[in-house]
Amino acid sequence: MTDMNLDEFRTEVRGWLAENCPEEMRTPVEGDQDVCWGGRNFEFQSEAQKVWLERMAAKGWTVPTWPTEYGGAGLSRAEEKVLLSEMRKINARSPLTSFGIWMLGPALLKFGNDEQKAEHLPKIARGEIRWCQGYSEPNAGSDLASLATKAEDKGDHWIVNGQKVWTSYADKADWIFCLVRTDNTKGKHYGISFVLFDMETPGVEARPIKLISGRSPFCETFFEDVKVPKENLVGEENKGWTIAKYLLTHEREGIGAAAPMRPIHEVAAMSLGLDESDRLADPMLRTKIAEAEIDDWAFGLTMARKLAESKAGQSMGADSSMLKYYGTELNKRKFELMMDAAGHDGLEWESERSRDGKLARSWLRTKANSIEGGTSEIQLNIISKHILELPGA
Amino acid sequence: MALVLNEDEVMLRDTAEGFFAEKAPVKALRTLRDTNDETGFDRALWSEMADMGFAGIAIGEDHGGVDMGFQAAGLLAEQMGKNLTASPFLSTAILAATALREAGSDAQKSEWLPKIASGETVMAVALDEGPKHNPAGIETTAEKSGNGFKLNGAKAMVVDGHVADQLIVAAKTDDGLAFFLVDPKAKGVEIERTIMVDAHNAARIDLNDVEVDGDALIGETNAEDALHKMLAAGRGIVAAELLGAGSEAFRSTVEYIKERKQFGVPVGSFQALQHRSSHLYSELEIARSAVLGALTALDAGDENANRYCSMAKAKLGEVAKLAALEGVQMHGGVGMTDEYDIGLFLKRVRVLQELLGDAAYHQNDYAKANKF
Ligand SMILES: Cc1cc2nc3c(=O)[nH]c(=O)nc-3n(C[C@H](O)[C@H](O)[C@H](O)COP(=O)(O)OP(=O)(O)OC[C@H]3O[C@@H](n4cnc5c(N)ncnc54)[C@H](O)[C@@H]3O)c2cc1C
Ligand SMILES: Cc1cc2nc3c(=O)[nH]c(=O)nc-3n(C[C@H](O)[C@H](O)[C@H](O)COP(=O)(O)OP(=O)(O)OC[C@H]3O[C@@H](n4cnc5c(N)ncnc54)[C@H](O)[C@@H]3O)c2cc1C
Repeated sequence: MTDMNLDEFRTEVRGWLAENCPEEMRTPVEGDQDVCWGGRNFEFQSEAQKVWLERMAAKGWTVPTWPTEYGGAGLSRAEEKVLLSEMRKINARSPLTSFGIWMLGPALLKFGNDEQKAEHLPKIARGEIRWCQGYSEPNAGSDLASLATKAEDKGDHWIVNGQKVWTSYADKADWIFCLVRTDNTKGKHYGISFVLFDMETPGVEARPIKLISGRSPFCETFFEDVKVPKENLVGEENKGWTIAKYLLTHEREGIGAAAPMRPIHEVAAMSLGLDESDRLADPMLRTKIAEAEIDDWAFGLTMARKLAESKAGQSMGADSSMLKYYGTELNKRKFELMMDAAGHDGLEWESERSRDGKLARSWLRTKANSIEGGTSEIQLNIISKHILELPGA
Repeated sequence: MALVLNEDEVMLRDTAEGFFAEKAPVKALRTLRDTNDETGFDRALWSEMADMGFAGIAIGEDHGGVDMGFQAAGLLAEQMGKNLTASPFLSTAILAATALREAGSDAQKSEWLPKIASGETVMAVALDEGPKHNPAGIETTAEKSGNGFKLNGAKAMVVDGHVADQLIVAAKTDDGLAFFLVDPKAKGVEIERTIMVDAHNAARIDLNDVEVDGDALIGETNAEDALHKMLAAGRGIVAAELLGAGSEAFRSTVEYIKERKQFGVPVGSFQALQHRSSHLYSELEIARSAVLGALTALDAGDENANRYCSMAKAKLGEVAKLAALEGVQMHGGVGMTDEYDIGLFLKRVRVLQELLGDAAYHQNDYAKANKF
């Protein structure tokens, strides 16, 4: 697309957003309660949130780069960038956030058959079905391929038995994309199958786990004689590992990109004050904040650069591990500095002043960034193997 | 912002890659060093670089340059960093050219810029004075004297100062900092070549009652905007050179640990080295974006461009240092020998890190600019 066409597109987007984005949807997202996840049982926070989702979905702009036939708008990366930048300008919230958009969608677009795409993608785009990710098991974390949840062949369906763990939002999700073992005779990477099923199927049970942040966003998920029809298999039987890995690269790109937050130096200056020469009262912290904010700037540029280098809808391969590693470690560093800056005030857990320990809970949540989606150590292993090609990695 | 190179830039990069690898590889620096070369760089190389358009990369076409901008200049600097190339590119084609272009009168630009672009004139900018980069602390003075000025002060770390055909001296006037063209042979100018740890050029220059004409003043008696632009360009380009040096130190180290065997296996198979290598890979990718972001902003006239160049210099100072340190460490004992190139990278990076402000300088500057 030429620059001129892009300019026209920008004008069009700006006009449409001005008219269609409700005022309430132009305020910062303060926490999970402000996020629209969609799904069968989703309770909209407000009429505005519902209207905003409907209008954006009608334009195909909840999933701008997906093909129009599957609920997208078929935009190029450049056009998507224009849309996102115009949304940012008016502080428009994301109309819909979901594992369907972020993880399953790209995998289905690449590996799903026509029926599966037609069945699932539009419902993801419209926010009708909410998905969760059934990967990790108690004995298959970093070594995901050793997973043991068993799927027994019964002709036109499988019977699934086993346990998943750390399944984010399993108690709120409608469907699950799940890795199951359909063969255990030929090494651990072979014999994994990628299946989809409804969380309301008899035999599925999700039990929330309480985290150090005090919240329970994820569950242990148990499967007892769960019946999964064969048409719910994505790709080939026993060859789900390729799909699983492809999906992970998308997951990683998403985790690396931390939500925008108030500059640390502003928080620190308010909390600690400045000395006679207008420097932050804590000189050691001052340097660390400067360093982290410079890294943050350069990291943002790197995200943009890697996106620009990869084509629309395609994964950036092993570089997603680099972004995931760097982004999550940086995010943890930033929150440590936020806690340093807030001092005693940041330690309050239940007061109204601290909005129920918002900072402390967010700080704790960031510790999971370098664990979920594959730990930092695993990302470093992937870089060593696939990018640096070091022996034995 | 163009974070991905366009076709012209890719072509320039490929040309530069071949050019410097062939004409000015690390071996050439060793020869200059081991023969105690008086110039400290190869004049024939500089004239070839001028023929290629490299000397006029940041000079307008009306003054004989190719005007490709700082992003392009950065691509050249990156290759020079990779090969540890000695040349007056930074002193003349970037610092002097930018000072003249930004502050000079039409007559001064017409006189000097074509001579820079053609490789005829080597220039050195005399800026810093103390042990650390500190443009705000310049004490050299330029007093009105007759029709001209009288300069007094002592400069240090003047890159290419001992071979320059012309000096550009930054000095304080009643109105602010200004630039003066000074003939290195003028009375009262004393130049001492200082052979540095990295075998590249620098000099100390004393100015004792040096008399210059009125037209030696480049532009106005307050040239601080031009000074800041020159510093930004210099920092961005040094950052690009650091990127080249750091990336090459890293590349050769990864190659080494794939080959070197201990305990019956390549040492690169030990996770302790793998994780540090992967971390360094990530840092270098982030650093590359910082350089690209800063230099494209400079070319685009972005209002924050000077700030970004300073941020890039901070980031590259740290990352290239890490690459050099890890390089020596992962080479084991041979990393300490003069025979292996990795030590030369360690030395060059140390110098580039200091030049135009180290990471701490720029972090402090960032904090000041953001009011904390
Ligand atoms: C907030 C959160 C949300 C999550 N959401 C989901 C979800 O929705 N669905 C899902 O399936 N999973 C989810 N997970 C699970 C997550 O993917 C796993 O926790 C992760 O892969 C690590 O596995 P583990 O916890 O078993 O740790 P382990 O694998 O036991 O790792 C323990 C430690 O050993 C290190 N280690 C392991 N192997 C190596 C190696 N080869 N080299 C070096 N070091 C190594 C690890 O880096 C780690 O530090 C979530 C996790 C969190 C924290
Ligand atoms: C200045 C100097 C003086 C010296 N003096 C003496 C002396 O007087 N007498 C003498 O006998 N020797 C001497 N040595 C040799 C010194 O002991 C060796 O250089 C050192 O043991 C490292 O061995 P190497 O150089 O072969 O490196 P290598 O063993 O090849 O190591 C290369 C890199 O791989 C890493 N590595 C190797 N194995 C592993 C592993 N299993 N896990 C993780 N990383 C690994 C190393 O840490 C290093 O970073 C000297 C060396 C120097 C530099």
